[in-house]
Amino acid sequence: MNPIIETRQLTHIYSQGTPFEHVALDGVNFSAQPGEYVAIIGRTGSGKSTLIQHLNGLLKPSSGQVLFDGEDIWSTKAYTRAVRFQVGLVFQYPEYQLFEETVYQDISFGPRNMGLDQEEIDRRVRQSARFVGLGDEVLDKSPFDLSGGQKRRVAIAGVIAMEPSVLILDEPTAGLDPAGSAQILENIRTYHQEKGACILLVSHSMEEVAREAERLVVIHRGSIPFSGQPPQVFAHAAELEAMGLGIPAMTQVFARLRDIGISVPPAVYTIQQARDAVLDALKRKGQAEWR
Amino acid sequence: MSHHPIIQTEHLTFRYTTEEGAAPTVLDEVTLSIESGSFVAVLGHNGSGKSTLAKHMNAILLPSGGKVYVNGLDTTEEAHLLDIRRQVGMVFQNPDNQIVASVVEEDVAFAPENLGIPSAEIRQRVDQALATVGMSDYARHAPHLLSGGQKQRVAIAGVLAMRPRCIVLDEPTAMLDPVGRREVMSTIQALNRDEGITVVLITHHMDEAAQADRLIVMQGGQVAADAHPSQVFQNVDGLRAMGLEVPQPVALMYELRRHGLNVPLDALTVDDCVRALKLLLT
Repeated sequence: MNPIIETRQLTHIYSQGTPFEHVALDGVNFSAQPGEYVAIIGRTGSGKSTLIQHLNGLLKPSSGQVLFDGEDIWSTKAYTRAVRFQVGLVFQYPEYQLFEETVYQDISFGPRNMGLDQEEIDRRVRQSARFVGLGDEVLDKSPFDLSGGQKRRVAIAGVIAMEPSVLILDEPTAGLDPAGSAQILENIRTYHQEKGACILLVSHSMEEVAREAERLVVIHRGSIPFSGQPPQVFAHAAELEAMGLGIPAMTQVFARLRDIGISVPPAVYTIQQARDAVLDALKRKGQAEWR
Repeated sequence: MSHHPIIQTEHLTFRYTTEEGAAPTVLDEVTLSIESGSFVAVLGHNGSGKSTLAKHMNAILLPSGGKVYVNGLDTTEEAHLLDIRRQVGMVFQNPDNQIVASVVEEDVAFAPENLGIPSAEIRQRVDQALATVGMSDYARHAPHLLSGGQKQRVAIAGVLAMRPRCIVLDEPTAMLDPVGRREVMSTIQALNRDEGITVVLITHHMDEAAQADRLIVMQGGQVAADAHPSQVFQNVDGLRAMGLEVPQPVALMYELRRHGLNVPLDALTVDDCVRALKLLLT
């Protein structure tokens, strides 16, 4: 399968030619398949925000290429514009960007810009509101009368309403309580499954990415030191720690158990895996004692 | 260390007044006492009233009913306002909204300057505050070029320069990455342990709440639980019903107990968890 979105040797230098010159991305090759759920992890300042802003043409590469569906997103003006609708980007704290008088108008802003007819706009507003769990009764309210978690879901609905085939979310759960976080992650999962969209989730929470994503991409100092399925990436526990990324609490516990000679599997990162690994180890211990 | 209360609330009730006159109750008869020198975490889902409670602790908000006392001073008496603000400092979620100057040390000096403190003493307070948060090397730096964790430590230093007895932090790590969170949490712990400053930490992170010596859970404007974290987190079902979670080690212990294993539910940290599993598996 061909990647839906891809960067080739992407380099971005801020303030090039000034004393403040800073290489934010250094020859990055990144790609994601249609319908894939990928998490991008990295510290503040690692270059992950710079990367995602290239994917829908908000930033232009200093060198290298960004391809959508195999074609350079900067090939023609029309293609760049089309890509901006196809690659939806939800910024950090998107609720600060709400501006319309009603939730309905705010969500419809994107589809209106796409030049869709009224009926289609209406269908999309209602459908995307449903994706993020907002009832019809909320649509006529002012977005400023909603709770923080609801506002954020309105902002996400506004991007979903463009029906992007790649949906990028920059720390969508930051600052929310556990119930609010769980709800947003479920909304994203629903959109992923029902629309078959490719999801790129930027997050600091290792527990979160371990649970949600099929593949993790680690960004550190403007390049990608490793990527792969969660077990492969979390096998680099020591390097992740050194990069200041932290590893899931369960991965830490099981690494320590292995260090003291207890035979448990290395790639444990969720509570369920930890539980199963302990039950399994107990069973083996029981069998050994019977012999 | 003395154990008299630094902050007391008595039947504290708070309602927002809206244009329509309808006034939802945010805090409902909250009676609490925060001991001087303690480290208290406050947990609750969005809208549970925890931030509103925090804002009563240095008279940013005033009660609609009941009373709040800071070191015995009634917060509704305007004559006490300056004294209260000097004794209880606040740190908020977004470091960018709290930094006012273009040089770190000037930012830290901002509050004591406003208090009219002589400049020699300001110098001393600023140096000491920056040393306490581990930011002395950045005294002449521009705050906007610092990382989130560093900015938040500068904000804490700005409060420390007031020489407060208590610091209230409202989700100070919500916008930070794991390293920034660790920096801020170890700073907070040091303030409490080494400087004897009372800490009230409002948080969404269960592992941060687990580090306090007392954990208050807010729900619907009332105190739903108030005990040592190791005790509060044993009520796994209750916390989940409130939209909260428990630290990962506790969640694992809970799962294992459901499978009939006799493991302790008070394993709050990775260390506790390793110890319990070692006992079980060897």
